[in-house]
Amino acid sequence: MNFLEHAAKARVLAPAGIPVPRAVLCRNPEEAVAAFAELGPCMVKAQVPTGKRGKAGGIKPANTAEEARSVAERILGMAIDGHAVGAVLLEEQARIVREFYAAVLIDTASRCPLVLFSTEGGMDIEEVAATQPDALRRHRVEPEAGFDATAARALLSGLDLGGAEGAVADIVASLYETSGRVDAELIEINPLAVLADGRVVALDCKLTLDDSAAFRQAELAGEAAEEPMTDLEREGAANGLKFIQLDGDVGVLANGAGLTMTTMDVISHCGGRPANFLEIGGEAYTKSEAALKLVLSNPGVKSLVVNFCGAFARTDVMAEGVVAAWKRLDPDIPVFFSIHGTGEDEAVRLVREGLGCEPFDLMEDAVQAAVDAAHSAASRGAAR
Amino acid sequence: MIIYRRSARVLVQGITGKQGTFWTQKMMECGTQVVAGVNPKRAGERHLGVPVYATAKAAMAESPFDVAVMFIPPAMAREAALDAIQAGARTVVILTEHIPARDVMAIHHAASRHGTRIVGPNTAGIVTPGEGFVGIMPGHNSNIFQPGEIGVISRSGSLGTLICLNLTRAGLGQSAFLGIGGDPMIGTTTRDALQALDEDARTRAIVLVGEIGGAMEEAAADYAAGMSKPVVSFIAGRASPPGKKMGHAGAIVSGSFGSYEGKRRALEAAGVSVADTPAEIPGLLGLGQGRSDPAARALPA
Repeated sequence: MNFLEHAAKARVLAPAGIPVPRAVLCRNPEEAVAAFAELGPCMVKAQVPTGKRGKAGGIKPANTAEEARSVAERILGMAIDGHAVGAVLLEEQARIVREFYAAVLIDTASRCPLVLFSTEGGMDIEEVAATQPDALRRHRVEPEAGFDATAARALLSGLDLGGAEGAVADIVASLYETSGRVDAELIEINPLAVLADGRVVALDCKLTLDDSAAFRQAELAGEAAEEPMTDLEREGAANGLKFIQLDGDVGVLANGAGLTMTTMDVISHCGGRPANFLEIGGEAYTKSEAALKLVLSNPGVKSLVVNFCGAFARTDVMAEGVVAAWKRLDPDIPVFFSIHGTGEDEAVRLVREGLGCEPFDLMEDAVQAAVDAAHSAASRGAAR
Repeated sequence: MIIYRRSARVLVQGITGKQGTFWTQKMMECGTQVVAGVNPKRAGERHLGVPVYATAKAAMAESPFDVAVMFIPPAMAREAALDAIQAGARTVVILTEHIPARDVMAIHHAASRHGTRIVGPNTAGIVTPGEGFVGIMPGHNSNIFQPGEIGVISRSGSLGTLICLNLTRAGLGQSAFLGIGGDPMIGTTTRDALQALDEDARTRAIVLVGEIGGAMEEAAADYAAGMSKPVVSFIAGRASPPGKKMGHAGAIVSGSFGSYEGKRRALEAAGVSVADTPAEIPGLLGLGQGRSDPAARALPA
């Protein structure tokens, strides 16, 4: 899960002792005027979970109260990279002398936390790595060894930080400690600025928390940025189902992530377009009824393929849910089944007797039939 | 140990739970040598005919085991895995999905210190048809698994099951099924599994079932380039939109990293045939055996 800048700074950086500018979160122009009175000349920053704010005009200075009002009003009306701006952060203006970059992330290849530091702040880190590799330092942290201020000094040694070495080392060490404490997948300060008065301050922060750790970071997780989701995706999430709405017309109901992706692939291989990703594998295999409702609620769906290959998930339990839900919902679209694996004899019987449907032996054949049915439904629609 | 052998003695952590009980029974029916279970609250009892201990360490002292398999929820997985590793398990099969990344890192580090092989997390387990299985695979279903000479590697349990079913229907039995898990940080990588099957005398050809996300298929392609056994691959996720986690935490394309095209290109450059659909796989193996050929089902000597 991702966090907006203000939450990352106020809830994670500041409590870790990492200096951040004085700032006030504002949801309307009036609040911006009040914040200006407190802060003086400031930056007005759109609070959206995307890195393209500056280029999109979502970060502007305000030097008077009236400017704070008008700039806040304009930015609050924007949509940046598909995200409507719901709030702006008014932040005291900083006189920046240097800009650095610091981050801690989980390196999946080495299965270790990775500390990154660059003297070229304000730039994309991939770009620094490609064009100025000498400006970038990286350190893979062995969990037993840890990473303290001494280790941070060693990482920074040889870089010219203009006298800010001590302050920066402390910040990088705090960032490492904090990343573990909050179960961060990524925590990035860019830029980490040296100001004219010598202070070192985090001007922006990107934070991604490990979704799997939400259970032990409940308070912080509650302040995560809302994920951009369609209404149906939100309904799925509320039911504990991972539903991704797509723009095709062949609905997909399968068990397990791998099989579901494969069903989508075969739909596309057969000349069709999948209408959704929805898996009911793992512990969700008992939720086939809620899942079917979700797939059928997608207005684009013209046919449905149900592809079960039971390992952990029992196909008989899933089929029972689907048959019951199908009878209740009585949808006016054709459905094509392929069922194999744990519980298949009973599952096939349930589908055959409950829906008068004969499952296909090969999933490819079930998919092809569903794609053909969607095509002919579409051409019937066009003829009308 | 990556390839399951019946000689392996198995400890089931969480044996008394609903899933632990169901799958332990299935494993036993299949011939797997389950020697003990763990549940701190039921220590001293017997369950499904085997003794239950408070910890893996206690089990090791009285009922020595080689492999531990975990039916343990995410919040307790770290502790259970460390217990099995410290007890001296040679292999720990971690079925649990959604273990916090920091806990997964701690497990992998403890395992490398102790020389323990980790399979998973988020794996459906390992199957050797005719010998048994460890995990939550339908290893007992003879429509799906038959002894033979094809080694199968899969990040996904459901898709791996479908691939084995297709092979069995084509008369191609399996020497081993290696479920390696859908998480981004897994102990046994695609490359590790490929090497194990390459070195396995009973395996004649290999099916590598990958997924978008990460760089494991690319690393496996490097290894495959030097192999003489035929390798056929299917990569799931070609039609998946970028930037979304497709169910598995590891299955996400960011930028060009982890993309279908990149994986396919790397595998094909290494001489691996890549199937467009799962049904194409048996034909691409080029072993020329059909369902009617009884020799294809014969166990290797």
